Amino acid sequence: MSQSADILVHNPWQKLRNFTDARIGLGRAGVSLPTQAHLEFQLAHARARDAVHLPLDFLQLQTDIEQVYSGDVLKLNSKASHRSEYLQRPDFGRELSDSSADLLKDLPAQKKSIVVVVADGLSSLAVQKHAAPMMASLKSALEGTRLSIDSVCLVEQGRVAIGDPIGELMQARMLVMLIGERPGLSSPDSLGVYYTFEPQGGKHDALRNCISNVRKEGLSYEEATHKLMYLLLESDRRQLSGVELKDESDNGSSQLDNSSSSNLLIGTHSADKS
Amino acid sequence: MTYQIQLGQQRWQFDDLKTLMAKATPLRSGDCLAGVAARDEQERVAAQLALADVPLKTFLSEVLIPYETDEVTRLIIDGHDAAAFASIAHLTVGDFRNWLLSEQADSVTLSAIAPGITPEMAAAVSKIMRLQDLVLVASKCQVTTAFRNTIGLPGRMATRLQPNHPTDDPAGVAASVLDGLLYGNGDAVIGINPASDNVEAVTTLMTMLDDVIQHYEIPTQSCVLTHVTTHIEAINRGAPVDLIFQSIAGTEKANDSFGINLAILKEAYEAGQSLGRGTVGNNAMYFETGQGSALSANANFGVDQQTCEVRAYAVARAFKPLLVNTVVGFIGPEYLYNGKQIIRAGLEDHFCGKLMGLPMGCDICYTNHAEADQDDMDNLLTLFAAAGGTFIMGIPGSDDIMLNYQTTSFHDALYARKLLNLKPAPEFEQWLQTIGIFDQQNRLAYGNQSLPKPFEHVVGGNAG
Repeated sequence: MSQSADILVHNPWQKLRNFTDARIGLGRAGVSLPTQAHLEFQLAHARARDAVHLPLDFLQLQTDIEQVYSGDVLKLNSKASHRSEYLQRPDFGRELSDSSADLLKDLPAQKKSIVVVVADGLSSLAVQKHAAPMMASLKSALEGTRLSIDSVCLVEQGRVAIGDPIGELMQARMLVMLIGERPGLSSPDSLGVYYTFEPQGGKHDALRNCISNVRKEGLSYEEATHKLMYLLLESDRRQLSGVELKDESDNGSSQLDNSSSSNLLIGTHSADKS
Repeated sequence: MTYQIQLGQQRWQFDDLKTLMAKATPLRSGDCLAGVAARDEQERVAAQLALADVPLKTFLSEVLIPYETDEVTRLIIDGHDAAAFASIAHLTVGDFRNWLLSEQADSVTLSAIAPGITPEMAAAVSKIMRLQDLVLVASKCQVTTAFRNTIGLPGRMATRLQPNHPTDDPAGVAASVLDGLLYGNGDAVIGINPASDNVEAVTTLMTMLDDVIQHYEIPTQSCVLTHVTTHIEAINRGAPVDLIFQSIAGTEKANDSFGINLAILKEAYEAGQSLGRGTVGNNAMYFETGQGSALSANANFGVDQQTCEVRAYAVARAFKPLLVNTVVGFIGPEYLYNGKQIIRAGLEDHFCGKLMGLPMGCDICYTNHAEADQDDMDNLLTLFAAAGGTFIMGIPGSDDIMLNYQTTSFHDALYARKLLNLKPAPEFEQWLQTIGIFDQQNRLAYGNQSLPKPFEHVVGGNAG
């Protein structure tokens, strides 16, 4: 697409994109978005929409996970029978279908260390891309500890809280949930990692820990595993999870502490005011 | 008390007023989720017909949530202005719609009756109105507020410049502030949703925005949208607080889930008043609301989500806000499923808020799991601006990289202003012209690869 200068007004402050991923300095056609910026937005939205609506390929996911994990992999469903119902009835996505609940009840009673639940959530793309590598990273980090992954469940049309009844029925001591997060326009493939100690159906959100934004441009598998291992080991020691188990794996200061940073808009090069 | 209506062979019965209100509500997913929606389209219209026959006075005697257990109900009932209500006291809900559409209901009359209208009256009449009714009546309501500029004057529409950044990075925030100002946005407020609610972090952002406003002498106000108690703490530490923000809901229990009650809001309101930082007025509160918040806190008590929403406006009204913003599409498809539901909800909220005398803005927005897109937002934006909406959001390219949703862009504001010949707040308009962002006709004054002189140093210097 040509960007003929006599039609469009380009903005010279595009270079400030060094400081933010926000869509600044887009320029304009009249007062409206230039064609290129408009269609780039449409493409990003299409990717996010597809992440929500394209079904997760569970056969491929199972194959990918079996590459890194040799134990049992169970396939389960929530009470939401299709995507439209899933989107409108979050309560259905938090409960197991009757057949899936029966399947778990029929398993031999056996206490488990860690159960990993992988659910499509709101981004099949995130799970398809990141669940197996995240599993692999976690598995290797667990080597040499007294913790181990004892079972893996894949859940279709699942929400975060569905891990609780699954963990309870499987007698899991620790539950790790990998789930597709609500896609952002610039982050359609963000994986969320949730952790619960001694999961039980109906547990409060505050009893869960969350590690968010696992993706190439966000938190790496190694960083996420580092945080998760901190939670697992501290939880193992203190026998709890949630708000009382704060993630103190990082001692680094946040960018917010940098209160002395100069104000970009005022700066030292201040021009004369008109 | 039960409500009944006979339609042909079929008799419809509704157990109480809140059931009648819920069943009369145009379809939305949140009411289905709550289990209060009409079973089918006929039951919905039957409920609307029955609701049209309910006298407005009924809402003063039959409350939807008990007076004894809910302080919002007590606020509504105890704060009712009977004198303002007197001229419409004889009307039913159906008559009220006719009266609102009639020429008797002009701007002056509508302002006069506003304190006499309870949330339930406004919600009830909105349920039997089409979109064009909601637009037309709202456009007759004039609500003016002021802090460092004047918001809500006829023929004007303001924007909140929303320069969010995922880590609150000051340079990242500043880049979006610059982008917004250069596109003529930011008269309602320059308002950041912070990633952190840590008081030091919040204070850093408040100071940064205040420095920009002072340096360029911008007739606008800043806000960091953190919890009201954090604002109070920041004020106690001497931070430059312009507007005090809080999310509010329509029931005591839902507000409790936000960590607030009327006493805390009063404390914040008084703290804001004591600062006296406004120059042309002292409306110092900024509230946000949204249909579905009560249900999501399991605090709706069988009341439909739109009525719960309007009850939040009674809370807002008690504290004389500069701005009230319904964040209509943010909550997700389990409350408002698609563009049709979001568009109607936005216009209902605006109408009900204006009728009650509030400076209503709308965060015209959607998430990526809602059945909505930019075309739906264009519909709502155009209708909202035609309805005389007080303000909208403005962000770079509609993409909020911190909250992960899409709202209106800086460009969208220019579109609406151009299409409907709307101007920014007068003080801000003057500033835009003086500093060289707008020309005398409110067109962007700078051309290709250029920018107004007072901002040249930003691009030429630090960013190089």
